[in-house]
Amino acid sequence: MLDRSEIAAVKPAASETDDLVRGQWFRVRAPLTRRLRIFLAIASFLLPLAVWSAVSYVPFIWHPDVLISDPGDVDYYMPGMRVTKADYAGQLAAAKTNHTAPPVGTPCNPVYLPAPGDVAAAFYTSFTTPPADQNGLWLHQSLWQSIQTIFWGFVISSIIGVPLGILCGAHSGLARLVEPFVEFFRYLPAPAFGTLAVAVLGIYAGPKIAIIVIGTLFQQILIIANTTRKADFALVEAALTLGTRNLRLLTSVIIPSVLPDLYRDQRILLGWAWTYLIVAELIGATSGISLFITQQSRYQHYANVYAAIAMIGILGLGGDLLLAALGRKLFPWDKSAA
Amino acid sequence: MSVSYLDQPPEVQARLARLKARDVILSVDGMSKRFNSGKNNVTAIEDLSFQTHRREFLCVIGPSGCGKSTLARILAGLDTASEGWVSLDGKPVQGPGRERGMVFQGYTLFPWLSVRRNVMFGLRMAGVGKVEAQRQADEWLALVGLEKFADAYPHQLSGGMKQRVAIIRALVNRPRVLLMDEPFSALDAQTRQRMQAYLLEIWKKVDITIIFITHDLDEAVFLADRILVLDAHPGRLREMIEVPLPRPRDAAQIASPAFAATKARLEALIHGKETADEDEPYPAVPLLTDVSDEVE
Repeated sequence: MLDRSEIAAVKPAASETDDLVRGQWFRVRAPLTRRLRIFLAIASFLLPLAVWSAVSYVPFIWHPDVLISDPGDVDYYMPGMRVTKADYAGQLAAAKTNHTAPPVGTPCNPVYLPAPGDVAAAFYTSFTTPPADQNGLWLHQSLWQSIQTIFWGFVISSIIGVPLGILCGAHSGLARLVEPFVEFFRYLPAPAFGTLAVAVLGIYAGPKIAIIVIGTLFQQILIIANTTRKADFALVEAALTLGTRNLRLLTSVIIPSVLPDLYRDQRILLGWAWTYLIVAELIGATSGISLFITQQSRYQHYANVYAAIAMIGILGLGGDLLLAALGRKLFPWDKSAA
Repeated sequence: MSVSYLDQPPEVQARLARLKARDVILSVDGMSKRFNSGKNNVTAIEDLSFQTHRREFLCVIGPSGCGKSTLARILAGLDTASEGWVSLDGKPVQGPGRERGMVFQGYTLFPWLSVRRNVMFGLRMAGVGKVEAQRQADEWLALVGLEKFADAYPHQLSGGMKQRVAIIRALVNRPRVLLMDEPFSALDAQTRQRMQAYLLEIWKKVDITIIFITHDLDEAVFLADRILVLDAHPGRLREMIEVPLPRPRDAAQIASPAFAATKARLEALIHGKETADEDEPYPAVPLLTDVSDEVE
């Protein structure tokens, strides 16, 4: 028999709500209010920005260099030059002993870390400043070129990859014939085909699109095939008992049942294609946003480089959000849509 | 005086005699089904033979592992028998076909199609024109009182509504046999009872033979003309019980001695077996509260 103290030990907790709140500092997948969700999403951008701002604007955080405003009598210092703190301290000491004019400067970050304000300004100016090269492209022209490369690369990959993936997902024999080779090929890094692509397709858009196709297609076939395989077989069986046969099973049951998932896959794969963009554009004659970035870094306009890189992120995320919204419109029956 | 399940009132006797005089719709002869999984050969069904007659309501019942779902799948053509034949109207059948409709436990409505287009599905597959298919679908939807939901998507419906759609989606094809594999087991008790009564209503109005798989004894007795009782491991025919309840059936009959006697017989046939892995008695629960007096 249990004694009284043990009975007390197994008595239910005083109140269920108390139990939910007290002592639970980590609740698994607790639902969030809409307000909190929006707040957190904004914070996810503001937090890295805050770290970046702190490093840029608070003088005692990092700032390993000194920006010279007045070189004094140091012969190789110039106004606007960045020198290391050690070098600056040495020159100060030397000026003191030699009784020459000391250099004047303020702590600063290396040239490759511009402050958020500079990058924000560059965002505007890089759209309004004509290219430094006379044959150079404006930023918006570079971006347009990049978008076209991505678009055609992704479209060509999808024209082959989506139907092939669906067929592999629906037909075991075909999957067995195609997938082992695709599994092998997907490990080959797409940029490795760069020189080959140039030899075959010339130096302009062709090889760049080819690299994006090579980088995307083989993953695409496998991902689409896997998603297709996840089609609810009970629905296929229901369709069989309703008299559906052969390819109509594919067109009337399997494809519609996985369509929202295929759409999500395509969104992820499009992001994948973007990651191949820079490598692809460096092949042959450098073009698009990569040309802009390489040129700007040659002139040490790092604020412009950051602006261009951020632009890619904005285009990618913006495009994906648009596609997500479109997906919710296209597939009203899909409950798993975010 | 105790009532035996074998005591059939004259009207039931007459109905069963009429039933058996009708054409055989579906017949199963010497059917066996073995699953080969590596070294293990599992016999799911062994040497099963039975026949159903036109407009009969046949329930199949048995302990878990008796292969009743496998039987339904073979009849539907979704699985193939290892031995034996299934014939429909005297002709052997192979593979699935629209003359054998099936209703699954999990509804299996197409989530991307509206209710109306779900019902139209089989007709469209058979090449019926869009306008005609829609007309027939709307007719059937009205029959089960779902015309208001024709444009809704399946996820907007309750379980009972979904299963009504699934039933007419099969019936709109005018099948000879309707196979139902535990169609109501996912429904709550109240909805299940309403659906059982409603299924009998539909069955009365439509020229259809129903083979209804269930593990619910009350459901089987309430619905069936005859009940096919299967043994487990392997699934063999244990007994074909003729239900001694007159039609139309209603809830009052559930309390009748004949109902209780039939159910008792089913229990004796099935539950003697089913408790095999549950033989060990559950341990006594120690007293864990100091306010137990209210329930003692």
